[in-house]
Amino acid sequence: MMAMALSTGQPVFSFQPEAQEQARAIVARYPEGRQASALAPLLDLAQRQNKGFLSRDAIFYVADFLDVPAIRAFEVASFYSMFNLEPVGLYLIQICRTTPCWLAGSDDLKKAIEEHLGLKVGQTSEDKLFTLREVECLGACVNAPAVQINDDYYEALTPETLIAILKALARGEKPVYAPCNVAGRCSCACKKEKTC
Amino acid sequence: MIKLTIDAREIEVEEGTSILQACTQNDIEIPRFCYHEKLSIAGSCRMCLVEVEKMPKLVISCAMPCAAGMVVHTQNDRIKRARAEVMAMLLLNHPLDCPVCDRGGACDLQDLAFAYGWDRSCSKEERRQVCDKELGPLIKTVMTRCIHCTRCLRFMDEIAGVPSLGGLYRGEDLEITPVSEGPILSELAGNLIEICPVGALTAKPDAFAFRPWELEKTDSIDVMDAVGSNIRIDTRGNKVMRIVPRLHEGINETWINDKTRFACDGLNYQRLDRPYLRREGRLEAVSWDDALEVIAKKLHNLPPERLGAIAGDLADCESMFAMKAFLKALDTPNMDCRQDGALYDISARAGYVMNSRISGIEQADVILLVGTNPRFEASLVNARLRKRFLQGGVKIGLIGSPCNLTYPYEHVGYSAVTVRDLLEEKHPFADLLKGARRPMLILGAAAAARADGPALHTACCELAERFNLARDGFNGFNVLQSAASRVGGLDLGFVPQGKYGLACAGMRAAAQTGRLDVLYLLGADEMDMKYLGKAFVIYQGHHGDLGAQRADVVLPTPAYTEKDGHYVNTEGRPQRARRAVMPLGQAQEDWAVLVMLAQACGKSLPFENADQLRKAMIKAAPHLGALDEVPVNMWQRFGTGGSLSLQKMQNGPANFYMTDSICRASPTMAQCTREVWPLLQGEG
Repeated sequence: MMAMALSTGQPVFSFQPEAQEQARAIVARYPEGRQASALAPLLDLAQRQNKGFLSRDAIFYVADFLDVPAIRAFEVASFYSMFNLEPVGLYLIQICRTTPCWLAGSDDLKKAIEEHLGLKVGQTSEDKLFTLREVECLGACVNAPAVQINDDYYEALTPETLIAILKALARGEKPVYAPCNVAGRCSCACKKEKTC
Repeated sequence: MIKLTIDAREIEVEEGTSILQACTQNDIEIPRFCYHEKLSIAGSCRMCLVEVEKMPKLVISCAMPCAAGMVVHTQNDRIKRARAEVMAMLLLNHPLDCPVCDRGGACDLQDLAFAYGWDRSCSKEERRQVCDKELGPLIKTVMTRCIHCTRCLRFMDEIAGVPSLGGLYRGEDLEITPVSEGPILSELAGNLIEICPVGALTAKPDAFAFRPWELEKTDSIDVMDAVGSNIRIDTRGNKVMRIVPRLHEGINETWINDKTRFACDGLNYQRLDRPYLRREGRLEAVSWDDALEVIAKKLHNLPPERLGAIAGDLADCESMFAMKAFLKALDTPNMDCRQDGALYDISARAGYVMNSRISGIEQADVILLVGTNPRFEASLVNARLRKRFLQGGVKIGLIGSPCNLTYPYEHVGYSAVTVRDLLEEKHPFADLLKGARRPMLILGAAAAARADGPALHTACCELAERFNLARDGFNGFNVLQSAASRVGGLDLGFVPQGKYGLACAGMRAAAQTGRLDVLYLLGADEMDMKYLGKAFVIYQGHHGDLGAQRADVVLPTPAYTEKDGHYVNTEGRPQRARRAVMPLGQAQEDWAVLVMLAQACGKSLPFENADQLRKAMIKAAPHLGALDEVPVNMWQRFGTGGSLSLQKMQNGPANFYMTDSICRASPTMAQCTREVWPLLQGEG
């Protein structure tokens, strides 16, 4: 993995009123004097408000909000792969490439997306709609191959079903994809005749 | 106490001691990179592995406390192999650039790889490259060499109190990174160089200038502030190449500030290497004989009250003692070692030193700082205050301008009048002082040198009595001096003699109005030279600074690295600086100049050589004979009274990097002034 550059030159960040309220609620979960524990949730909150990525300003703002040294917030933000330090498209597609998904055809999914969107892993489409990224295990091995798009998991995919989902997203719809009758199972349930 | 066995040796240690510490105490070598005595434990390098019987895996000895009955092995084959493997992992991405690395020859990684590693690498993978980081004018980075011990992060967090470095990204991609590129905003940044076990952080000002094995090493004392940090002067030929700290638990622990470390290149510039005489407005080089003759002529038949001498901030005890003897021979009462113009009562020694000692800070539970910014006036006292803060259970208050001291404090007030409020218990901080087990007051020298200084000093004495600061075995009344020469000068009584002796300000005023004909500056540079009227100024010192610019005769003498001299630090602890290099050009030791001058004047001083001088000096001030011992001062009431001013107290020097003639001549300090001070000042 290439080290991500910390983005610069973004406009000054601050929490919107409702995010302020949420942030205070999150901080209140932790004991007095342990506000620093809220660092990860607040960075997530900031990322959601900031179009899916953490600008330098946003990280500084969160650090300041919690009264922790900025560098501690940068450490957390750069440690977790869920925090994006570069702008991403409206939909962040994360293809699982770990062994079960790979065995179940994640390479085909990747190829299909790359062809459909005309971009490579790590890139963002020109219309700023999609960013494609490979990730390690999403924890959905039971329905491999899996793809995470923003907060939603799409599982037991084929190239065709995935492209259909991307097309729906591009149209502004929110596709519901609950695969049934995949290899004789519905969703991640066991086969019908078996208890387990 | 706990008993355990290490390498078949029965060892007894205190509870809470780690295995590594136990080994170190008993001279058993344990290799380590991330462990540092003065920093928290990280346990990240895995180099200190040892075997403990009945534990399935090897354990890191730095993080494993000793337990009763433990049987520890540090030398068997299993450990040797484990260490070699750890070494191989640490070297995976480490470049083989030792020949061009400034750490080469004094590198932990090099030494331990030699002692514990394999003789070759079995790695075939590509090595990673890491971009270098910009950390300002003092620290050069070669980040590819970094082994991620995180000592630098912990140092910045814990000792410097400026958490500006962090480990960004993770795993293989981990990089030590500053929060933003630019100078490290700490007065202790140079210590990063010291604690880095590899060549990732090296000294920028002396990059590629020398190899550590070429250097002659001399143990000495720092004079950039009144802390008296213990230093080692590393020289090559007749040139000071670098200054590094020496361990002294009572003073500087293992740290020194950046001025101490990097101002030494000022010793190569603006030096006075021969006598000068002002002729028709210009300083011309002359011989010693000519210079002394001119002075002798001036002093001939001069009424003694028309002569005065001021000692500067870098003067050693020997110089001041010799000067006092010289002035005594001439019957002159006008002398002062307080060029900052301080006039507070110095009748009691307890009234001008740090009675609790620097290490006493660790025992105090309520600390009141009065008109001082210890961060820039005595950085290592501030480091000790921060250490005390980290130990917890301390309340710190500040009277003066609010500033960033690297630890939280309560701002008690702006002006000296607040001290009176405390005395009258009008301020809630007074309750803290009252209830404290070991209360402490630290009065800044700059505040005590103000016009209301004597009043403030008296008020602080009253405060000390009111809240019983001077208790059995712990005297919490402290004056934090900022000049290396001050306590020594006061101890030797280099102050106006008798009723009519003039102090610094008095001498200057007299010079201005023509009541003083000859002013002798013993390295005094830190005062306004404009208003000295037509006085004939003799400057005896080592740098062509403000004093020499105004002088009519310049007599060259050695700098602190070029002479043996006693200094008394702010605690009142006498220490001896050692000569590391020879004096420059025709420079003569201060006392020798005065002996020659006395001869030229037809007088004689009670000593003829350095030995006699020191004997006489120690006879006059016996505590100077007991080096590194802090005399306990009897508490007695002092103070001359006066009225306190409402004027806000400005604490801290105008520029930390430019406080004496050596740093003003230093290119590195000039660079720090340009690049670091504007940012640091905003911080502080």
